[in-house]
Amino acid sequence: MHLEHDRPLGGGGAPAASGGAGPRWQSPPGTPAGPAPTDRALRVGVGGPVGSGKTALVAALCRALAGRIRLGVVTNDIYTTEDADFLRSAGVLDPGRIRAVETGCCPHTAIRDDITANLDAVEDLESDLGRLDLILVESGGDNLTATFSYGLVDRQIFVIDVAGGDKVPRKGGPGVAGSDLLVVNKTDLAPLVGADLAVMARDAAAMRGGRADRPVLFTSLRSDAGASDVADWVLAQLPSPARPQ
Amino acid sequence: MTGHVEARAALLLLADGRLPAGGHAHSGGVEAAVLDGSITGLRDLAEFLRGRLATSGLLAASFAAAVCRSVRTAGPATELAADVLAVFEAEVDARTPSPAQRAASRAQGRTLMRVARAAWAVPAHPAAPHHCVALGIVAAAAGLEPRDAALAAAHASVNGPATAAVRLLGLDPLAVTGVLAEIAAEVDRIAAAADTASALRAPERLPAGSAPQLDLLAERHRTAEVRMFTS
Ligand SMILES: Nc1nc2c(ncn2[C@@H]2O[C@H](COP(=O)(O)OP(=O)(O)OP(=O)(O)O)[C@@H](O)[C@H]2O)c(=O)[nH]1
Ligand SMILES: [Mg+2]
Repeated sequence: MHLEHDRPLGGGGAPAASGGAGPRWQSPPGTPAGPAPTDRALRVGVGGPVGSGKTALVAALCRALAGRIRLGVVTNDIYTTEDADFLRSAGVLDPGRIRAVETGCCPHTAIRDDITANLDAVEDLESDLGRLDLILVESGGDNLTATFSYGLVDRQIFVIDVAGGDKVPRKGGPGVAGSDLLVVNKTDLAPLVGADLAVMARDAAAMRGGRADRPVLFTSLRSDAGASDVADWVLAQLPSPARPQ
Repeated sequence: MTGHVEARAALLLLADGRLPAGGHAHSGGVEAAVLDGSITGLRDLAEFLRGRLATSGLLAASFAAAVCRSVRTAGPATELAADVLAVFEAEVDARTPSPAQRAASRAQGRTLMRVARAAWAVPAHPAAPHHCVALGIVAAAAGLEPRDAALAAAHASVNGPATAAVRLLGLDPLAVTGVLAEIAAEVDRIAAAADTASALRAPERLPAGSAPQLDLLAERHRTAEVRMFTS
């Protein structure tokens, strides 16, 4: 089923006023995330630049949640089924609960402009496995402008890392500014690349209009293999009957 | 103004490369042909496209037109007769020896049916017909004629692969547009031939242009270790 709600990324409404030195791409104040669906699984997109830790995050969420809720995963890979294979071999989720979509040369097209193959995959998961509570959809690694259509997912997590330098949140873009949750991963590498986490936190909050409903979480999936804060956020997005006690 | 206005805008919509119908992930054999060295530049691409158009393009256009004709004859509000469609499906299967090509065709038929259901009064079934069968169903639902369905199919048989070549080889997209314009008249001719065939022949007598090289490329591509496109 194609999702009906029409929710512009970063909400609707007028762009927030930005001063000369302000961020170049600012999240407009907008509508809050739509209600979680009750007739099918909640679909959560995990997007972000190449190598930022999307698959590591999906694996961590599987570790944290697979025993508690009914979970499925769709991966998007440009060339291969690399990420799906990784997840299957990591043993974090029953391999039958993981589907791979091949995106062709355009990973962002498959999650935003032409979501049909991904809709086929999420629907197949539920028709093959029965009712699920949550389907995580990992996008192919792309760039700062690659975000999910809300015709495909109900919520989206955008994953960046500190290894690219502490300037990344400041560069903004729809993923940094408008995603429902921004994850800044690989905090363990901050000292090695001279990234200032406080600067990243400040810039990210500014880009996201300081909105309480668009949090920013810092993670090191190296030391927190269950991504506990992110898992809590994901659980809180589920409709209450699906939430484990 | 009164009088009959032909449906033209719907055809443009249906043939638009930006239609979210899943085509962007398929190269129609171009990637495998690039990998095995048979397409290295613009001239090879032009030859490849002409060959594709004359074989699988004609086949797709004929079935798209025939299905469109059959749906239109059955009447607009009629549920598609499953047995009639099954005959077309079986005929396309019989003309598509490569399992990889059959899978790619049905995957694209499924995604086309999905977007079409959001746009026109397209029934829920069949869920995943061959792409050319889907095109015929959708064209009819969009108020188009069999020759439009044929044209959309012939156009798709070269347009998607040409775009894939731009991405794979870094070809000049303007020059590739030139190649497509060069063969546009041939696309028209193939569509017209397909339309005529669909009016005169029973499904089992529709064109069966075969391209063994495309079949082989599709099979090889399915097992390739690294690929940019699904097919
Ligand atoms: N040091 C460190 N490395 C990490 C962390 N999270 C992930 N990595 C490593 O970063 C690399 C990329 O992680 P992936 O999870 O594959 O990243 P991805 O975003 O899924 O990559 P693509 O799908 O290719 O775009 C892997 O080698 C991970 O082990 C982290 O918190 N700290
Ligand atoms: Mg990944």
